[in-house]
Amino acid sequence: MTETAAPPAQPPASPIDRRVPVGRLRLLYRRNGRALNALVTLLLVWAFFAANNPALFLIPGYYNAFLFSVPATIIMTTALVFVVVAGEIDLAFPSVIGASGGVFMTLVLLGLPIVPAALVTLALGAAIGAGIGAIVVWGRISSLVATLGLNFFIVGIVNLLAQGRNIESRDSVGSWGYQVFTGRWDVLGLQVPNHFLMALLWTALLYIVFRHHRFGLRVQLVGDNADSARQMGINIDMVRVGAFVVSGVAAALCGVILVQTANMVWFPTSGRAYLLIALAALFVGGTPVWGGVGTIWGAFFGALTVTLIPSGAVGAGFAGFWTDFIFGLVIILTMVAHRFSGARVR
Amino acid sequence: MTADVVVELCDIVKRFGSVEALSGVSLAVRHGEVLGLLGDNGAGKSTLVKTLAGVHDPDEGEIRVRGRKVSPWTPRAARDAGIETVFQDRALAPQHSIVTNIFMGREIAGSLGFVRHARQVEEAGRLMREIGFTSKVFDPESTVGHLSGGERQGVAIARALYNRADVIVLDEPTTALSLTETQKVFRFVEAVKASGRTVVFIGHNIHHVFDIADRFFVIDRGRAAFEGQKSRFDGPEHLIALMHELAETGRADLAALRRPA
Repeated sequence: MTETAAPPAQPPASPIDRRVPVGRLRLLYRRNGRALNALVTLLLVWAFFAANNPALFLIPGYYNAFLFSVPATIIMTTALVFVVVAGEIDLAFPSVIGASGGVFMTLVLLGLPIVPAALVTLALGAAIGAGIGAIVVWGRISSLVATLGLNFFIVGIVNLLAQGRNIESRDSVGSWGYQVFTGRWDVLGLQVPNHFLMALLWTALLYIVFRHHRFGLRVQLVGDNADSARQMGINIDMVRVGAFVVSGVAAALCGVILVQTANMVWFPTSGRAYLLIALAALFVGGTPVWGGVGTIWGAFFGALTVTLIPSGAVGAGFAGFWTDFIFGLVIILTMVAHRFSGARVR
Repeated sequence: MTADVVVELCDIVKRFGSVEALSGVSLAVRHGEVLGLLGDNGAGKSTLVKTLAGVHDPDEGEIRVRGRKVSPWTPRAARDAGIETVFQDRALAPQHSIVTNIFMGREIAGSLGFVRHARQVEEAGRLMREIGFTSKVFDPESTVGHLSGGERQGVAIARALYNRADVIVLDEPTTALSLTETQKVFRFVEAVKASGRTVVFIGHNIHHVFDIADRFFVIDRGRAAFEGQKSRFDGPEHLIALMHELAETGRADLAALRRPA
């Protein structure tokens, strides 16, 4: 026994109070690593092309065509993040792009001004998305199979209605509504079209919903562990349908933009080219296939990357035959890079 | 029906295809007690727990919370009624942070549905401190998939605690936990009981359950076999003997139960 007074008892510090503060840069990387990887990929691809032909790649005007064609891919890819993160896949969006474009043009020919016609088309896209989601969720069909079938089905309906004919409305070119979508702003020698600004706004909107809204958070939780989400009272069916609605609205917006960038001409094949491009952009953008996590800005950078490759390869002096080779190489290399930064945790 | 019953399952029948997992089970959970739910594998324990949690909506029978029938019975309805469950598999989203998991399905959000992340982080920190569950330095933003089994259990328990629920259901909470972690779970159960709330504790280890529970409910082959206050049993060995008898003969000698303690 000692006579010295024991030091006053102190409550043991909780581990949470002893935690090492995480540096801001590390926190930034932890939260946005996948998106940053996608940005680095884009910069590397650009630098590779630019190094081969610096004179061309440093002219702002070189990117005019790029900014004109990239928005549809951006809008579709960022929306697909919701579907893939929810643990599903949507292969039917190309048909929705095509169908929406046709509906939009029909409405314009019926005399509706472009902006109201576009809004009606977006509502239709949402409805088609909800229908696709309902078939997948309540029909209990794998979304891979269901949307593959639905893509053919919707394309089939479009073909039967269009009978192979284009729909044109040359009179609307140059109208106020047309300018809303395709008008350009001159920024330091670069022609920035309105529909590119729309794509930026759309991406920002989806980012906020994905990261900060209850719906976006629940999409991630459902994709990570649907059973857990259900047991915690999340209506997982509605969340999944919601993800397909996002995809449907995006496809409708793409349909509306594509006919306008084609000078108000709709082709029955409109949208079909986007299937593999948008999916490649999504995965290059750092959203993994297994669901639960993903990145909207990564998808944005992924869309820029895959759009840059075909024209960039030619601009850098490669013969056109190289395009697919470079395309494939970039996809494989970025997949390997994403493995390092974001292996799946269970 | 007595006034102190919080949740009551009445004649619950649950079928999966042609298999009848529960054939008319009635169970009353009383306010402030620790109820030990026992039964062999395949007895219907986990179906009963999932029914209590709202994961299964019974095919027949009804669920009453504080005397009022609740229908439809969903996980959301159960949580709204003040029943929180720590599932055997812990029901976590491993790719997400501790905060996101604690507020899964019940985010702190504004009227437009935008999540108040800073408040959630603050609340999560408070809960984790309250539980004192983690063994290492951690951060509410840590990914759950990087945590140990005991830490994950801590997250699941913190989630059950958040809303000051009346009834906390712990389904096999000590499975795959170390000795110290198991002790923590027991201390937690005692703390919850001391705060006047109810715990339903499901366990394989009868010694564990015996120490902690006030009352036992034993289920066998989809039916309630017997139930009784702890004072009616001589000790865990007595309860084990009864359960052996039940497993072999399909019925337990209820006369043995009446022996006063």
